Amino acid sequence: MIASCAIETRDLRRVYKIRGTKKKSEPTERIALDGVNLQVRRGGLFGLLGPNGAGKTTLIKILATLLLPSSGTALVDGRDVTKDVTEIRRRISMVSGGETSGYGLLTVEENLWMFARFYGLDTAVAKERINHMLEVVGMADRRRSKIGDLSTGLRQKMNFVRGFISDPDILFLDEPTLGLDVTAARDVREFIKGWLRDHPDRTILLTTHYMAEADELCDRLAIIDNGKLLVEDTPAALKRSVQADSMFVLKVAPLGKPDTGDRIEDVAGVRRLTINDCDGYTELQMALAGEDALPGVLAHLSRRGAGLVALEKREPTLEDVFIQLVGRRLSESVEAT
Amino acid sequence: MAAERVYKATGFTLFWRMMWARAYPRIIGALRERDWIFFETVLPLGTTAAFVFIYRGAGAPPEYTGFAVLGGAMTAFWLNVLWSMASQLYWDKDEGNLELYILSPGPLMAILLGMAIGGIFMATIRAVTIILLASLMFSVSYAISSVPLLFLVFFMTMAALYGMGMMFASLFLTSGREVWHLANLFQEPIYLVSGFYFPVNALGFWVATFASVIPLTLGMDAMRQIIFSNQVGLGFLPVELELLILTILAGLFLFGARLLLTTLENIGRREGRLTERRR
Repeated sequence: MIASCAIETRDLRRVYKIRGTKKKSEPTERIALDGVNLQVRRGGLFGLLGPNGAGKTTLIKILATLLLPSSGTALVDGRDVTKDVTEIRRRISMVSGGETSGYGLLTVEENLWMFARFYGLDTAVAKERINHMLEVVGMADRRRSKIGDLSTGLRQKMNFVRGFISDPDILFLDEPTLGLDVTAARDVREFIKGWLRDHPDRTILLTTHYMAEADELCDRLAIIDNGKLLVEDTPAALKRSVQADSMFVLKVAPLGKPDTGDRIEDVAGVRRLTINDCDGYTELQMALAGEDALPGVLAHLSRRGAGLVALEKREPTLEDVFIQLVGRRLSESVEAT
Repeated sequence: MAAERVYKATGFTLFWRMMWARAYPRIIGALRERDWIFFETVLPLGTTAAFVFIYRGAGAPPEYTGFAVLGGAMTAFWLNVLWSMASQLYWDKDEGNLELYILSPGPLMAILLGMAIGGIFMATIRAVTIILLASLMFSVSYAISSVPLLFLVFFMTMAALYGMGMMFASLFLTSGREVWHLANLFQEPIYLVSGFYFPVNALGFWVATFASVIPLTLGMDAMRQIIFSNQVGLGFLPVELELLILTILAGLFLFGARLLLTTLENIGRREGRLTERRR
């Protein structure tokens, strides 16, 4: 059976019951997914971008058969996650950021062999794949290291290899670079890109709250917030959708609190604005209706005594798309949770 | 061009591979990490020695020294069942392994059986070491009536005991309590009521009957009757009857373990609690 979509959800909803601290208190409900409709075509990398608590992990857990939906339908490789559990599990794999799975007294290759056997791989095949993939991720020399002795970055790379070792048709990567340093995160991204080049018929669903990562890796992506899917398209198309605005970054002398009725947002042509107070200056990220709105903004700043330090016109990013859709920066949402 | 697909076994072959893969960390752990020799051999020997000296001081028959040695050896299995079987899924949940077990296409029973096989291997090494050392230290003499029967009783005791451990693994995980409290709760009282260091019928018929739910009670009683066959009248029930009860218990516990595992997975998928790490 070959389904047209690798993943499909219809009106998917998941509600958690949260128990109170008192024994007799009624459980409250928290909606984690609220009517999610999603279609992920076969092959390539689909990203799910959203802040912590948006519902990304819940969606992945439902698709990976670890969690039941409260209502709606979820199909993986054309199979129903509520009924065809074993068939789905044979075809998928999952890697989560910050994973600590495995047994510390086993070596890297022993751990990977153990998980390969859980998927029914022959020992000779498993060892060949382990050796090859450890070479690819640059861990061949750590093959015989106990995993308890590995750094966080190396352990996450090993988890990555674990996810790929069973040759999945569909792979779920839940915040895979969470907590990794820049180099390790780059290695992980390179590995993903290389694997997809070699396996163009396979599908990866990636969740992340790193905009740059989503932009770099995803063929298509969806933005999710408060359990709702807000938009879904290619990263380029999403950025084009906010291209009507002119994006500027201004660095000015520290900006005090404005007098009532004298806010920058009220200047004609200012569509969106985020203000960051940095060390010794204030950074203003703004979307203007057009470049001709800029003189008005500069005049406003001059009136408030905020001297201009730097001015940069930039291309729209996924962050701008997120701000337009949600009304706040993704980084603010992440910090708030 | 699509890459060639890897063959993945299904059915019994998958079950077999999963089971031995999960047994592997325990088997290799027993051989790789040697510090257990002190903690799990020398320390139980201390308790055994204490009972031996009490029995000798009280003028008990010399076979009682052997009872204490056998009990000391069998503590290895009880501790293993409590801390490495019943508690294991709880630890595995914390480490993120439980989620990966559930996610794999094979049955969770293969994982539990693998844990049990590995656990029996580890505990047997410890038990044999204790018996050898204690027998030498206290000059224990054995009068084994039937070696095949002894092995059969030992096998059925292990099947029932580890079947119970597999069942407890799901119960401990769903209890919601910190697992070490539960393990501690079961550890010491069972030493007493199961008669680890003395014939269990000394506690009276009803206590012994109640304690027989723990397979080690009947298993040790039967083994004592076989190993110290010159001591007539110390057994709780005839060996053949104890063997039959152990066989029934093994079947019940293994069935219960399978049932509870299915329930556990259903709860996990419905409530989303069991695959969430707390760190």
